[in-house]
Amino acid sequence: MTTETEVAQVLRPANHRRQDQVFKALAIGASSVIVALVVLVAVFLVTQAYPALRQNTANFFTSRIFSIDTPPIMFGIADLLWATIVTSVIAVVIAVPLGVSIALFLSHYAPERLARPAAQLVALLAAVPSIIYGLWASQLVAPYYLPVQDFLEKVLGWIPLFSATNTSGGATLMFAGIVLAVMILPIITSLSREVFAQTPTFHEEAALALGATRWEMIRTAVLPFGKPGVISAAMLGLGRALGETIAVTIIISSLSDQNRQSFSLSFFNGGETFASRIANNAAEFDTPTKAGAYISAGLVLFVLTFVVNAIARVVIERRRAFSE
Amino acid sequence: MAKRIDVKDLNVYYSSFKAVEDVTMTVEPRSVTAFIGPSGCGKSTFLRTLNRMHEVIPGARVEGSVMLDDLDLYAKGVDPVSVRRSVGMVFQRPNPFPTMSIYDNVIAGLRLNGVKGRKDLDEAVETSLKGANLWNEVKDRLKKPGAGLSGGQQQRLCIARAIAVRPQVLLMDEPCSALDPISTLAIEDLVNELKSDFTIVIVTHNMQQAARVSDRTAFFNLAATGKPGRLVEIGDTQKIFNNPIERATEDYISGRFG
Amino acid sequence: MSAATHTPDLVEQALPDPETPQSTGRRVKDRTATVAVWAAFVIAMIPLVWIIVALLVKGGSVVVSASWWTNSQRGMTTLTAGGGAYHAIIGTLLQAVVTAVISVPLAIMTAIYLIEYGRSTRFGRIVSFMLDILTGVPSIVAGLFIYALWVTTFGLQRVPFAVCLALVLLMVPVVTRSTEEMLKLVPNELREASYALGVSKWRTITSIVLPTAFSGIITGILLGLARVMGETAPLLILGPYSQSIATNLFSGFMGTLPTMINAERNEVAAIPLDRVWGAALTLIILVLLLNLAGRLIARYSAVRK
Repeated sequence: MTTETEVAQVLRPANHRRQDQVFKALAIGASSVIVALVVLVAVFLVTQAYPALRQNTANFFTSRIFSIDTPPIMFGIADLLWATIVTSVIAVVIAVPLGVSIALFLSHYAPERLARPAAQLVALLAAVPSIIYGLWASQLVAPYYLPVQDFLEKVLGWIPLFSATNTSGGATLMFAGIVLAVMILPIITSLSREVFAQTPTFHEEAALALGATRWEMIRTAVLPFGKPGVISAAMLGLGRALGETIAVTIIISSLSDQNRQSFSLSFFNGGETFASRIANNAAEFDTPTKAGAYISAGLVLFVLTFVVNAIARVVIERRRAFSE
Repeated sequence: MAKRIDVKDLNVYYSSFKAVEDVTMTVEPRSVTAFIGPSGCGKSTFLRTLNRMHEVIPGARVEGSVMLDDLDLYAKGVDPVSVRRSVGMVFQRPNPFPTMSIYDNVIAGLRLNGVKGRKDLDEAVETSLKGANLWNEVKDRLKKPGAGLSGGQQQRLCIARAIAVRPQVLLMDEPCSALDPISTLAIEDLVNELKSDFTIVIVTHNMQQAARVSDRTAFFNLAATGKPGRLVEIGDTQKIFNNPIERATEDYISGRFG
Repeated sequence: MSAATHTPDLVEQALPDPETPQSTGRRVKDRTATVAVWAAFVIAMIPLVWIIVALLVKGGSVVVSASWWTNSQRGMTTLTAGGGAYHAIIGTLLQAVVTAVISVPLAIMTAIYLIEYGRSTRFGRIVSFMLDILTGVPSIVAGLFIYALWVTTFGLQRVPFAVCLALVLLMVPVVTRSTEEMLKLVPNELREASYALGVSKWRTITSIVLPTAFSGIITGILLGLARVMGETAPLLILGPYSQSIATNLFSGFMGTLPTMINAERNEVAAIPLDRVWGAALTLIILVLLLNLAGRLIARYSAVRK
């Protein structure tokens, strides 16, 4: 029988206080590392971009030149910005309606036994590494995509956005955008599904009780309720697409200097995004100035994704504030 | 090992909101004291200040003093973790640790406080489970998960877990409110047996239960919604139920409100 | 757009005669919508099935040979068939393990801070905000940052360890967020029960909270690992490909499956292309195995809502 005094002895009093403090300090330390990392990313990108930007004799935002091997150093991001935004916007425009439909399928249409495995299959789509998407798209999908592009050129070619260009095969902004759409589909689907599933049942039942069909119920109850969530999902998807590197690098062909002379609005043009320009030249970071020029591009990409993600966050926070 | 609790001029705040006002009372050792009163009257909040469990809630603080025999629980330098070793607590809903076996649940408090000896632990398990009237039901499946027991058994497991660290006081926060009548009866019997070893304080919303198990009863009330809860009166259970001093107590006991 | 503004026309349509079946127009719309959402799901499955089948067909032949799993590509050219992906597999696994060893403690302690200590504190909100930013950092930018730090600032060489550091930046937010979710699922009652036994806070966290959330945390780690193993962009900047077996994290180059694919993806001959598809199949096998393991563990999770 353990007596009271024995227990009192083994229950070493107040010894834990120090341990508690150490443990909490570790937790705070780890959190501080996170904060420091983000600050460091920003600081390093800025400080390393700065010298190159100072030497830059071209306008960084409006120039399309990227000549950094020999002085005078000239580089600008206009065409990178264009290609990055075009591919990402195409991706979002395709992926949002598709992702929302799949989310509705998972939350409101799929039979209960199918909904779970189906959701996991969609999640698997997110597990496929992006280099495999790139490989698959450029080697296997491109031949099937070409006729579509030819058709669009023929029918819509009078619109500058769809005019024919010198870029051969499927190495176009349009095709990269389509592949990006597949890659951001899972995130848009899962976030949309989450908000659709949260639709208050009484909204749905109210609609159904008034004799609405399932689609009318979705249109009047589910979609309005989920709208901020879908917008936020679209922004997060956009953020992913903007920074996606290797798949885009594999798919789009960079333009020759000759083709770069004249700017084309066409989606069927080649080009380089921020990420693919950096990736294509990763082996050439041999001087601080050269590296700095690419780091400047990386900085713009960082700011761009930050803004897009911040918008997503604000939208979802505002919704949370309303629903509470 | 049972000790007396003396509470003096105790106020409890949640940030700026005063939840309990000006409580002074004595809880006698080796007896059962019941706290009754309408919901929201602060009886559970007050109970938590007796082992400083309210400190887990951000913004909660107290003024006043709580003496455990000679020790002021709120004196400077007193460590809330050590306080809780002396003043144990059983909660509304049974909450055995889901990752642990019945055996490990009972000795969780000992082991997490550094007790290692196999023999001591085995003994503690047997004594505590016997003390909680659960030994015969579970002695053949001590290695099975505690979550596999019925609700009433789980609650008795939680009581065994609480008494295994040999506290001087046992606080029970509506321990039967999630249980069926038969399990409730088992717990009430157990409370009766435990009072020979422990000082017991039990919060209950069930007046019959207070009448059945307690020696003394404290009635809490609040003047109006949004006002702090107060101790209306405390006395022998017989007296509180048959001949209370305050009109409010009589109204509550006779079911006129609450 | 709200439910309220739409109900009036629904009422008008539905009320006049509840006996008559729904108007054909409404029924057609309803059916169309049903077909459309099913079709959307099927469309989404096309890439998944296509990719898996293509990898099996095109990569299967090289992957089934024993030498694929035991040999490197040392001395191989685009004209010589054979060799294996051993060097790339161990490179990928080694970098993943090192990344995890650094990321997991950092992520778990951060999640513990956010849930157990920093809720509703100012610093907690700052950390959470920074974590959001980190989640959105493109992998190429993570690579650039480590390049700026490791090569430009410290004057060090591009070595596999630098790759790991870049991958840490990508893995930490994933594991932190998933761990946070799991810690949130641990009922507060368990923490209270532990405190009431006179157990200190850190003991409660390590002995009660973490074990309860354990399987969910493991799932998050495995999913984070799967993501990191397929990353290519930071490797382009920091981890040049090597055809030989390399295990030294601090000097020389190290082959990995993504860079093995990248090295020969532009070839047109059959021999290197087979290797590319084989490496892709191997990579997706590893990634899917981790995903599968993660999901299986999640299913037997102790924490249930």
